[in-house]
Amino acid sequence: MAIVYQKSPGLTDAELHYCPGCNHGIIHKLVAESLVELGLLDEAIGVCPVGCAVFAYNYFSCDMLEAAHGRAPAVATGVKRTHPTQAVFTYQGDGDLASIGMAEIVHAAMRGEKITTIFINNAIYGMTGGQMAPTTLIGQKATTCQSGRTAEQAGMPIRMAEMLSTLDGCVYAERVCVTDIPNITKAKRAIKKAFEKQMNREGFTFVEVLSTCPTNWGMTPLQAIDWLKTRMIPYYPLGVIKDTGAEVK
Amino acid sequence: MEKELWKGNEAIAEAAIRAGCNCFFGYPITPQSEVPEYMSVHLPQAGGVFVQSESEIAAINMVYGAAGAGMRAMTSSSSPGISLKQEGISYLAGAEVPCVIVNCMRGGPGLGTIQPSQGDYFQATRGGGNGDYRTVVLAPSNVQETVDFVQEAFDIADQYRNPVMIVCDGLIGQMMEPIEWRPVPRRDLPPKDWAASGRKGRDHHNVINSLYMAPEDCDRHNQHLEEKYAAIAENETRWEEVDCRDADVIITAYGTPARIALTALETLQAEGVKAGLFRPITLWPFPQEALRRLAERPNVKAFLDVEMSSSGQMLDDVRLAVEGRRPVRYLGHAGGVMPTVEEMTASVKAVLKEVQ
Repeated sequence: MAIVYQKSPGLTDAELHYCPGCNHGIIHKLVAESLVELGLLDEAIGVCPVGCAVFAYNYFSCDMLEAAHGRAPAVATGVKRTHPTQAVFTYQGDGDLASIGMAEIVHAAMRGEKITTIFINNAIYGMTGGQMAPTTLIGQKATTCQSGRTAEQAGMPIRMAEMLSTLDGCVYAERVCVTDIPNITKAKRAIKKAFEKQMNREGFTFVEVLSTCPTNWGMTPLQAIDWLKTRMIPYYPLGVIKDTGAEVK
Repeated sequence: MEKELWKGNEAIAEAAIRAGCNCFFGYPITPQSEVPEYMSVHLPQAGGVFVQSESEIAAINMVYGAAGAGMRAMTSSSSPGISLKQEGISYLAGAEVPCVIVNCMRGGPGLGTIQPSQGDYFQATRGGGNGDYRTVVLAPSNVQETVDFVQEAFDIADQYRNPVMIVCDGLIGQMMEPIEWRPVPRRDLPPKDWAASGRKGRDHHNVINSLYMAPEDCDRHNQHLEEKYAAIAENETRWEEVDCRDADVIITAYGTPARIALTALETLQAEGVKAGLFRPITLWPFPQEALRRLAERPNVKAFLDVEMSSSGQMLDDVRLAVEGRRPVRYLGHAGGVMPTVEEMTASVKAVLKEVQ
């Protein structure tokens, strides 16, 4: 008998607290597998956000720090500058990264911090119960925009991968999703590539993962996947946004 | 030992490097900018890391990251910047991450002034961030003490896994004084086996965290912190008494006003007025018992609290310690105006007249 599939040693045995149909579990798995396959797990240091992934320190089996809301890139800067040879990553949602933590993520990217940021964009605040995020789509309903977001009232949703790509310190930015096997494979490839480029000391690396929130979107898991594909991807196009020095190894 | 002339802020930075500070994260603000300036040159030369952060908020969170990963980390700022750090200080205290924070205090509230002040006593001693926590607060009154305390602060922080704050007013930061580089006694410190520095073969993963979702867990964590704070109060409380033995009136003051008070004592004693000085060196833990003992002494008739603060902040702690046993009066200015020797002597005499 050969083992063809098993839980990644990059994850602990703790039971995930995520809602049914939420993509966090898949994304955790991809990050954990990437660290293991690159041989980085034993040295890796991760930084969790405030938001749905606040308990990620219970799930990743590497050393972890729980940061204040939005501050993970600053925390990761402190870790990486003092541990320059070790893999350091942040795992942040859209409220954490694109709202309260905007200064920290922009400046970490500007400085070209050799870290990898996994950005989970589900277009809503999950943990606090479905409030509008900077990434909430126009017309999308949330508990703080109950008739749907309007540009007049809240501006247009922000595209973080494109915005960070304008900074020279950001060497790699890709947007992926995990709605099906081909996309999961692409997402894994992107996450591994980000870590590889980090370990090559090329600069700041960023993977934006579009993610579902059936609970706060008011949908079934399957409806949520369909909504992500038909509503989110047109506004947040998938693919490599920036990849400089790709040939440098 | 040979004496060297050092500016307060630069001496703070040099003292930290000598204490084995690995990394410094700071943001410019008057009157402390010489600390990050000095660090930017000399810390990398000593093998350490300097980062100028995008904000004080980022700086304290870089400290959280570096110190959480086991480094000796430090940041400095001045009053409005320290306000911005409060969130991070609460997390550092909650997650029990040791670090050193210097507040070179200036006048407030708001933008206030860049002149020296002591208006951040409440913020430093009551915990300016959310939750039940304490930071050890050392208050030097000259540049020599400042460098001694900076060096010791890292050991205190590591011993108790707690943030240590050094509060000096902008005068101490900006002033040049002759100092000696005294060897600071090193404490026997526990290994940082809790640090999130990478597993490297360890059989479990370390987590730096202040989140305890279950009420009982959060309560238990707070009880643990309280026990630690009690141990700190027991072991680390410091103060100085000058001429208190037969004093009729005792001045309570810390930092620069305590130094001015020494001159006031000489003037008063020359005029036959028996006055003493009680100087808290740790603002938290406040030397409550020592002050209470003074208040119970028959010779002591009254206290005069002197601060660079408009209405008095340490005054609350003085009153809590004195517990109504003796009158406590107040003299203070805000905004960079110093209490003068003349004001102090006049106030001591007025207090004495009031109680006689």
